[in-house]
Amino acid sequence: MTHSMRFLLLFSRQGKLRLQKWFTPMSEREKKKIIRDMTTMVLARQPRSCNFLHWKDLKVIYKRYASLYFCLAIENQENELIALEVIHRYVELLDKYFGNVCELDIIFNFEKAYFILDEFLIGGEIQETSKQMVNRSIEASDMLQETMEEYMSKPAF
Amino acid sequence: MSPSVPLQEMIRAIRSARTQCEERGVIQRECAAIRAQFRQADNGGRSHNLAKLLYVHMLGYPAHFGQMECVRMIASPRYSEKRVGYLGAMMLLDEKQDASLLITNSIKNDLSHSNQYVQSLALCTLACMGSAEMCRDLAPEIDRLLRASNSYIKKKAALCAVHIVRKVHELGELFVPAARSLLSEKNHGVLHGAVVLIIELCEQNPETLERFRKTVPDLVQIMKGLVLSGYSPEHDVAGISDPFLQVRILRLLRILGRNNEGASDSMNDLLAQVATNTDSTKTVGNAVLYETVLTVLDIKSESGLRVLAVNILGRFLLNNDRNIRYIAMTSLQKIVGTDHNAVQRHRGTIVDCLKDQDASVKRRALELSLALVSASNIRSMMKELLLFLSSCPPELRAHAASGIFNAAERYAPSQRWHIDTMLHVLITAGGDVRDETVPNLIQLITNASELHCYTVHKLYRALLLDISQQSLVQVACWCIGEYGDLLLKGDCQETEPVQVTEDDALDALETVLQSHMSSPATRGFALTATMKLSTRITDNVDRIRSIVSIYGSCIDVELQQRAVEYNALFRKYDHMRAAVLERMPVIEKNSPGHTNGESTGEAVKDVPTAKMKQGEPLLLQQPANQVHRSDHPPGPAVDCLVSGLSVHAAGTAGGDLLDLLGGFEPAELSPVLAYDKGGVTLTLSCEKQSDTGLTVTLTASNSSDSDLSSFTLQAAVPKSVQLHMKAPSGDSLPARGTAKVTQMVVLNNPNKVNLKMRVRVSYTRQGSPFQDTVQIDSFPGLDSQL
Repeated sequence: MTHSMRFLLLFSRQGKLRLQKWFTPMSEREKKKIIRDMTTMVLARQPRSCNFLHWKDLKVIYKRYASLYFCLAIENQENELIALEVIHRYVELLDKYFGNVCELDIIFNFEKAYFILDEFLIGGEIQETSKQMVNRSIEASDMLQETMEEYMSKPAF
Repeated sequence: MSPSVPLQEMIRAIRSARTQCEERGVIQRECAAIRAQFRQADNGGRSHNLAKLLYVHMLGYPAHFGQMECVRMIASPRYSEKRVGYLGAMMLLDEKQDASLLITNSIKNDLSHSNQYVQSLALCTLACMGSAEMCRDLAPEIDRLLRASNSYIKKKAALCAVHIVRKVHELGELFVPAARSLLSEKNHGVLHGAVVLIIELCEQNPETLERFRKTVPDLVQIMKGLVLSGYSPEHDVAGISDPFLQVRILRLLRILGRNNEGASDSMNDLLAQVATNTDSTKTVGNAVLYETVLTVLDIKSESGLRVLAVNILGRFLLNNDRNIRYIAMTSLQKIVGTDHNAVQRHRGTIVDCLKDQDASVKRRALELSLALVSASNIRSMMKELLLFLSSCPPELRAHAASGIFNAAERYAPSQRWHIDTMLHVLITAGGDVRDETVPNLIQLITNASELHCYTVHKLYRALLLDISQQSLVQVACWCIGEYGDLLLKGDCQETEPVQVTEDDALDALETVLQSHMSSPATRGFALTATMKLSTRITDNVDRIRSIVSIYGSCIDVELQQRAVEYNALFRKYDHMRAAVLERMPVIEKNSPGHTNGESTGEAVKDVPTAKMKQGEPLLLQQPANQVHRSDHPPGPAVDCLVSGLSVHAAGTAGGDLLDLLGGFEPAELSPVLAYDKGGVTLTLSCEKQSDTGLTVTLTASNSSDSDLSSFTLQAAVPKSVQLHMKAPSGDSLPARGTAKVTQMVVLNNPNKVNLKMRVRVSYTRQGSPFQDTVQIDSFPGLDSQL
């Protein structure tokens, strides 16, 4: 079973995991090994290397944004350059939502990072190519949550 | 949306822990609290409890006790709880967990929820971790949503369908109609999902692919709209309109156009348009161009378009962005076999990339450069490759060295160039070459008889500079031993004359013998070389005698044995010494992995022993030399043919050698030329097997300047003759006779008719097929009647 994307990991420069999205079923053990391998490989890269690595039968696209590494694994026949754009698009979405997003935002609001990701990608594929559409969906979902809270007059979170 | 205070407090507490141990303590406490909360009734704070657990899970701690809570939360009527519940399900549950089955019902219900955001949660989760069972169960529902819902839901349903089809292939058929109709939607999200779904359906089922080929014109239209449309704020990325959708459509076009002329034709213009109109100043434009190039190269595009695509890759090679250079290299690598000439045009740029800073780019550049070496560019390419070798990263050296050797062997313009190149590699990267390099180089040197003087001088000089590279030292020792007389003579046309005295030569060998850098094998070479010099020098034989006797008590058993035997050669068998240490015959290369070179080192050692197991391979595998031997009168031991052996034959002590030689009868008759046209020659040799049986061996060779591929031979014989063709040794004939193809034909002529054979030769040269026929009427060494 192949997906365009296999997994997406976000980790800090010290190798601390900030987000993990797996697009194919994997055991906990496998996931832990992959996280170890990815952090080791990516953190060992020289500053001015190209953003593509080969790992097993996959291509790993990684990019550093401030103190966070975004690491996306794609199938061997997928387009690396567009994968870089996918990473960049996700960062832009986070940035729009949090306003000048930084690592701390993602640490303290990790569930929102996932909600945003789930409006952008599904099952390892892009579901919405328009930035504005994704932003509107997130806002609407948040609004739904708040109005429901008000309605039930109980803090939901 | 207001942040979760309890969640953030916990996160802060965990982060302020100063040690791993402290962190574990905090986590344990928190997990205990969460567990307690789970057990309590609905208290309005359930979702933030689960969120806390998910955070703890991300840090790597176990969280399986939260699985049932996810199931409960998903079933809750509250959106906030559903949201976190579904997130938890995606993080903690997978199809292997039993609990995942329990959410099937909730998903089913939520798929038809009145609120699209709830529907969305269900769709997302199903597409993320839906098991095959769940997929089967819910497929009809997804199909319904694909047809009748708003765009927001349709686009998610499409990707859900993709997941279902990947999990349960048979369900693909169900989604074909819906996928087809989704192509007429205007919403980009839905279109993108539809294209992904169609790609999946086509890749799984070739019949479905056939049906979807009809959509090519629609896809071309959509692409045209994207490429030629003006600025669209909704979808613009750096001047490109929806690059993600463009790339996906190009991918689908690739799949539909592959191996199909008609489809490829209808997308030709569009691809040319995209290739020329897309702005390549930003990465995103290059991403689209890249996908276009991949598509052009994979379908049956016309040659002009292919050249355009390769030129785009060539441009990519000059791009400042190393990512772009890297993918250009990988793409060129894939097509260097099929579009060789097109790639050759960019050879200069590729070779420049050998100097790139990035290790991945360097590696690709090396592979591509090696693939582009040909007879016409060998000299300039080798300069660049050798330059690369001297400064390349250590992990690439072995690969570079072996690539250089292969290229040198295939295309060496002269023997001297070949030897120089191999020496250069040994000097630069001697530690990274393979073991066979030493015997291969020795074999090469023995074959270049005019260059012995030049070679030994060059190697001697290299030895003086550096004795750490074992392979180089071994070859140098061998040469000094073998051609020491030429070294001492001093006058060599090709290099500057230098005076080397006997002491100098012996000093060099002794330095190697005594150095801690020399491996045992190297010392063996040095000792044997020293011994050989005893017949090539005049004044210092005593010095050699003493060296040899010292090593007679060496701790290394191998060296000790040699020294003892050489000692014996000095004493008891001194009358044989000259003959034994004679100049070596030319070493013939019989097969690629052939280790003849190693045994030449042994052959000299073995002869003095009483058993005389001598270099059997050396003699037995060279029947041709047997034939020559009788033609050459015994002469001075300078000629590198087997004249040395004829001296053995004359000597009394070489009795066993003679027997060995005498006992060897060539069973084959000399080959005859049967066909010679266009540089392709076919020789024929026969071996009579029985009264009616005959084995014919056909050997083909190509002396032209272009490689030939798909080389095949077919044979026909008179009716009563039985013919059986064995498998040929290969089907490619490289240029300039560097390798041959042989094929055996077994014939049986029971009726003893006049034997004739018609042979058809076919091959492909530079893409064009060629065929010819030749009739063979006489078979060498046989009467016309078998």
